[in-house]
Amino acid sequence: MIPLSFYLLLSAVLFTIGVFGFLIKRNIITIFMCVEVMLNAVNLSFVAFARYYSLLDGQVFVFFVMAVAAAEAAVGLGIIVALFRNRQTLNIDEINLMKW
Amino acid sequence: MEIAVFLFLSAVAIVSAANILIQRHPIYSALSLILAFVALAGIYLQMHAEFIAVMQIVVYTGAIMVLFVFVIMLLNARAEERIPDRVYVVKYFGIPLALLWVVEVGLVVSNTSSEGITVATKTIGLTSNTQLIGRILYTQYALPFEVTSILLLVAIVGAIVMAKKEL
Repeated sequence: MIPLSFYLLLSAVLFTIGVFGFLIKRNIITIFMCVEVMLNAVNLSFVAFARYYSLLDGQVFVFFVMAVAAAEAAVGLGIIVALFRNRQTLNIDEINLMKW
Repeated sequence: MEIAVFLFLSAVAIVSAANILIQRHPIYSALSLILAFVALAGIYLQMHAEFIAVMQIVVYTGAIMVLFVFVIMLLNARAEERIPDRVYVVKYFGIPLALLWVVEVGLVVSNTSSEGITVATKTIGLTSNTQLIGRILYTQYALPFEVTSILLLVAIVGAIVMAKKEL
């Protein structure tokens, strides 16, 4: 039996990679992928706790998170396509109209 | 054996997730992310969460990542170029900070006692994982399940409106 802490540590590492990528990447699609990494890290925690408390609620929540992630990906990529059509760029340094 | 498989899968997941940041072209990042998702599906399978493992493959690597790759190719995204006069303060300051945070979390997680956690040694009953999730989804979580369908409908409408020619 693998200890719960292993799963939580893996989840923390993946979440940190996601946050870090979110901050350092300049391409808006890659930033979006880093958000997906963060969502997956949280999903891993959910499933690990569901397993160790032998409850299924955690897995049901992962199912909902996946549905939200699918909706988010569809709308987010639609926004990216609209943005590219208007600005002809994917670099977030050049999309700074709202930046103070 | 069990722990060796886990360590292998988590190494694959971490290395391919880190590779997303290292690669400059988004298509390589996307392919790397697919590998990370497959490794996570393996970990779910090891945790006897068969339904979630299959959903991970079907929804994440099947649907979401196809959408990502499709948009990358549609927009003809190029590799990020390195800006020479830019100060990469985030990299030199952020990497040690991120590592420090992971070490901190590791210490906290490994020092916390796991009292009160009853370890499931075998899968519950004779029914399969998917059957149990289906039952709980249509009884206890019936309302959130229906709300999710409305959310997906809104997402469909939103995606169509966003991608329309004139906004």
